[in-house]
Amino acid sequence: MLNKYPLWKYLLLGFIVLFTLVYAAPNLYGEDPAVQVSATRGAKVELSTLDKVQDILKQNNISPKSTVLEDGQILVRLTSSEDQLLASEAISANIGDGFVTALNLAAATPAWLEAIGGGPLKLGLDLRGGVHFLMEVDMDEAISKEQDQLVQDLRSELREQKIRYRGIEKASTQTGVIVRFTSQDILDDAVDYLKPLNPGYSFAEKETGGTFYLTVSMTDEKLKSAKNDALEQNLSILRNRVNELGVAEPLVQRQGEDRIVVELPGIQDTARAKEILGATATLEFHAVDSDTDVSDALAGRIPASSALYKERDGLPVVVKKKIILTGNHIVDAQSGADEYGRAQVNISLDSQGGSKMSRFTKDNIGKPMATLFIEYLPTGKKKANGKAETEKRIEVANVATIQAQLGRSFRITGLDNTAEAHNLALLLRAGALTAPIQIVEERTIGPSLGQQNIDNGVKAMIYGLLAVVLFMLIYYRKFGVVANAALILNLVMIVGFMSLIPGATLTLPGIAGIVLTIGMAVDANVLIFERIREELKAGKSVQRSINEGYSNALSTIADANITTFITAVILFAVGTGPVKGFAVTLAIGILTSMFTSIFGTRAIVNAVWGGRNDIKKLSI
Amino acid sequence: MFEIIKTKQTIGFMKFANPATWLSLFLVLASIVTLSINWLNWGLDFTGGTLIEVGFEQPANLENVRTTLADADFPDAVVQHFGSSHEVMVRLAPREGVKGQVIGNQILDALTNADFGNVDMRRIEFVGPNVGDELAENGGIAIIIALVCIMLYVSMRFEWRLAMGSVLALAHDIIITLGVFSLFQIEFDLTVLAALLAVVGYSLNDTIVVFDRIRENFRLLATDTPSDIVDKSLTQTLSRTIITSGTTILTLVSLFVVGGELIHGFATALLIGIFVGTYSSIYVASALAIKLGISREHMIPEVVEKEGADQDAIM
Repeated sequence: MLNKYPLWKYLLLGFIVLFTLVYAAPNLYGEDPAVQVSATRGAKVELSTLDKVQDILKQNNISPKSTVLEDGQILVRLTSSEDQLLASEAISANIGDGFVTALNLAAATPAWLEAIGGGPLKLGLDLRGGVHFLMEVDMDEAISKEQDQLVQDLRSELREQKIRYRGIEKASTQTGVIVRFTSQDILDDAVDYLKPLNPGYSFAEKETGGTFYLTVSMTDEKLKSAKNDALEQNLSILRNRVNELGVAEPLVQRQGEDRIVVELPGIQDTARAKEILGATATLEFHAVDSDTDVSDALAGRIPASSALYKERDGLPVVVKKKIILTGNHIVDAQSGADEYGRAQVNISLDSQGGSKMSRFTKDNIGKPMATLFIEYLPTGKKKANGKAETEKRIEVANVATIQAQLGRSFRITGLDNTAEAHNLALLLRAGALTAPIQIVEERTIGPSLGQQNIDNGVKAMIYGLLAVVLFMLIYYRKFGVVANAALILNLVMIVGFMSLIPGATLTLPGIAGIVLTIGMAVDANVLIFERIREELKAGKSVQRSINEGYSNALSTIADANITTFITAVILFAVGTGPVKGFAVTLAIGILTSMFTSIFGTRAIVNAVWGGRNDIKKLSI
Repeated sequence: MFEIIKTKQTIGFMKFANPATWLSLFLVLASIVTLSINWLNWGLDFTGGTLIEVGFEQPANLENVRTTLADADFPDAVVQHFGSSHEVMVRLAPREGVKGQVIGNQILDALTNADFGNVDMRRIEFVGPNVGDELAENGGIAIIIALVCIMLYVSMRFEWRLAMGSVLALAHDIIITLGVFSLFQIEFDLTVLAALLAVVGYSLNDTIVVFDRIRENFRLLATDTPSDIVDKSLTQTLSRTIITSGTTILTLVSLFVVGGELIHGFATALLIGIFVGTYSSIYVASALAIKLGISREHMIPEVVEKEGADQDAIM
């Protein structure tokens, strides 16, 4: 018999090898030092900004490799890291307010590779340096605030309707409020009145010793949506603040029910990052000062009772300093659409806020009202008493005309689109900031350690690989060469797949996983080759031995690899961060090593030895 | 042909089954004793707290670092060298009432302001106490799920006696590896946990290769006793066992020596695990299967299925 593969199998092998080679290739091109320019609030990166950046570079005699405007950011690639620093300084000094610059390393992947989705390996924070924060939203506090709100609301609702209750307090169950009455009749009245006013709450009655208790508690859905809102709110605020930090490729992502992951690659000053992320925000409603001309105000002629602020897109607005209402009276804000499908935001206030709003709007129908978003951001300096100095940053979130006397719930209409409505609703809710947030996990890796981790990992990989390759060569001779070819192809395939799969990040344990895979990947070939030797010893012909060696070892290899694959999958499912990185490389390594050590080596063996009947001995 | 094992004779592994059982029992018991006395030297991932690693230009004097930190109101800081004399690791337990996330920067400030020359921040880690508990819990769950899944897979592919033998062998490997970590108080962090699961995968890999051979030989050799068959199978797979363990150990030693301090625990756990795992797939798993009464009848229904028939197409 002869061992031969049909042509299509070689074509398939060739295609797969070529495919992984192409996707592993971007890792050979390295990275360009780059400067990234992005907009914060009140500004937008436009073509004119690009021109400005190019002018600044020209004035400073810096010639960039390229400057492009992409995804609302400008990326300036430079030839050296000295140029990078110079360019960054020049741009941030001259570009003006509203823009931040960040140092970045941009992959120097050729355009044709990028066009087919190629790119270099994504490195984890432990390899590139940076900060990883896990932040937790204090849900107990959020729910407790919600409960306080309910106490106030019920109290004023009952008073308005002149329903006499004996007392009202928070229930110990955390999600409810207990109202006491003297008779069943009054309780029934209360339920009849309150139920339609408070959707999302369940009502339960109880009577002990002549006192009638009504427990109003949040339904599970309401509880869930309250928690979800608290998280979304924090998420959107954190996103905005991370943009302020001017970090290249930041990540702000929800994790589970009450946590948010923030990853800031390459950032050094973690203290400042924490202060900015932890800044507080409030919201205020003010009357717009229509008597003062905006151009006068811009020239500095502004009455003492008014102030000039800007909208997010830079449009100036003159606003009276007197506060109508602060954001902590906002209970809820939801974006939606009116009957004509136009975007709007529905706002509900608490009872106190409702009466304040009603008093103000009664006399001001037809006049504009501004919503201000105020953040207390740290400046990085310390005050004399050691506390961090903060800077008040005010932005006009919206200006709307008062159409009628407003009460506890009202709506802001005339918004441009649903995205704007959505953003405004988030900002309005942020004014209330029901849920405080705190850092529960931090992992910061300095850039020197990151580079050292890469160097160590690569060294370990090379030494490990050399040791295994040498051993296989000595022990199995020509077949050892075949196994080594498969091993190296395996490495290339791991790199190729890791570069191709969007979610796969290389971490230090991930490198360890690759090193481990090198040691274990030869197992399949050891199993096959030992089997071939056995068959040869049993006196079978060379071709028969090759064939049976492969086919007898196959089920063993499959069984052994499937179990390791199971553990890798479990590690991926329950592991976090770096451990996930290990699981990914382990899993990919198992799949690629099965492919190369079975299919790959067989192809070579068949081509070299399989087609010949004259072989009496194998170099194995 | 260059061979590690040149024998034509079957090696009488099972002759030593009883002493090996006693040895395994002793090692497992000793591990449990040291675990119950010393427990494990839990890393920051599980205890919570703050860890700062800094690099100094000159070799750092730990006493000076301790005094500086004590003056800065951190008398309880654990200070030690990490990797080289230029690198220092400071570790602090979680503190009541103080936000853990600010401690790292305070310590860094204290060291930068003291007279140590240039201080390079290499790493700050802070883990809140709740997060630590969760990580430990998830880790424990991961190992249990892994063991259950593997038991299911092996009993599906083989037979419950073999499944039992392989899972007990795995438990044996994990307990002894943990025992070594407890005895020498090597820090146990998340990467070590990942390594333990890799040990599970590896050790099972070994066991399955042996079991596959045992099953095959039960079908081929009609007259031998179970003990003879196990001996024969072990002998046939011995050179493969040694070679694969050897190449894996080669790469792990490389990882241990040049891979850097952060990966030491990981490499250590795998090295121990692979030694123990190789031994256990010979003695624990196979010996247990014999003790559980494995016999030819248990293998017979499997004959219907032709091994690897479904995979033949790709060859």
